[in-house]
Amino acid sequence: MHEKFPWSHVFGFLLSIVLTCMTIWIGLYTNFSHSFILYLIVGLAFVQAFLQLFMFMHMTEGEDGKMKTANIFYGIFVAVIVVLGSLFTMSFGM
Amino acid sequence: MEQTNKELPLEYQTHQDRMTILAFWIFLGAEIALFSTLFATYLVLEHRTAGMFSAKQLFEAPKVMMMTFLLLTSSFTCGVAIWYMRRNNAKQLIGWMLVTLLLGAGFLYMEIAEFTHYVHEGATIQTSAFLSSFFVLTGTHGAHVTLGICWALSILYQVMKNGITTTTARKVFIIGLYWHFLDVVWIFLFTLVYVKGMVG
Repeated sequence: MHEKFPWSHVFGFLLSIVLTCMTIWIGLYTNFSHSFILYLIVGLAFVQAFLQLFMFMHMTEGEDGKMKTANIFYGIFVAVIVVLGSLFTMSFGM
Repeated sequence: MEQTNKELPLEYQTHQDRMTILAFWIFLGAEIALFSTLFATYLVLEHRTAGMFSAKQLFEAPKVMMMTFLLLTSSFTCGVAIWYMRRNNAKQLIGWMLVTLLLGAGFLYMEIAEFTHYVHEGATIQTSAFLSSFFVLTGTHGAHVTLGICWALSILYQVMKNGITTTTARKVFIIGLYWHFLDVVWIFLFTLVYVKGMVG
């Protein structure tokens, strides 16, 4: 409460810029295999999403913090099943 | 009269406002599920280009980077706005929110220009399964940004009229959550649609 400016937000912002640049660099300027690139950039996307959720959206704050976090993780669980499940049935092995 | 807890930030002081904020988080969980279905459709269909435009031919890295930086910066300025709201500074809150919305409008302008460019090239929503799912996924996100701008403006008007109260603080806090969430969705669009598309 005594700070003059939200420096933790500045730190989070800089971190998200760095992560975005890393994604572009890995995607466009490295010679890793396609699947390895995909694992890396999806990993970075999750790191950045959690950065937003925890640092900017304060997901865990308040007496309902645990419930909010559980709800979002359940949403992510559903999303991962929907996306990987669709790819598994429609695309894998083709 | 409802009990208020003065120890907490304004938006959390009444029980009803705490419940409204919790309900909004549950809505965001449903939004994750909504976007996941569109992502699944896109990822299944991304190589079905009908022999026409592929992701690699269409996407341009500098423009995508620009859009990403606009939205990332707007998420940051939105966080700063909320930070000032919690210090009861209405002037800074409105100022930083307006910067946020300007950046959002800049993002929207670039996205519309991108879509118009594709359509002029002949890459429309009817061209291929890849483009249908691409326009639906990115368009749904763009529609969310558009709604967010209109919604935020109507709430800023209420802040100017009534100042920072428990009610307006809760409304600003919720539009803030919505705005950060749109940035989270964009991170995945950027990664799984644009960067993945440019890799090939």
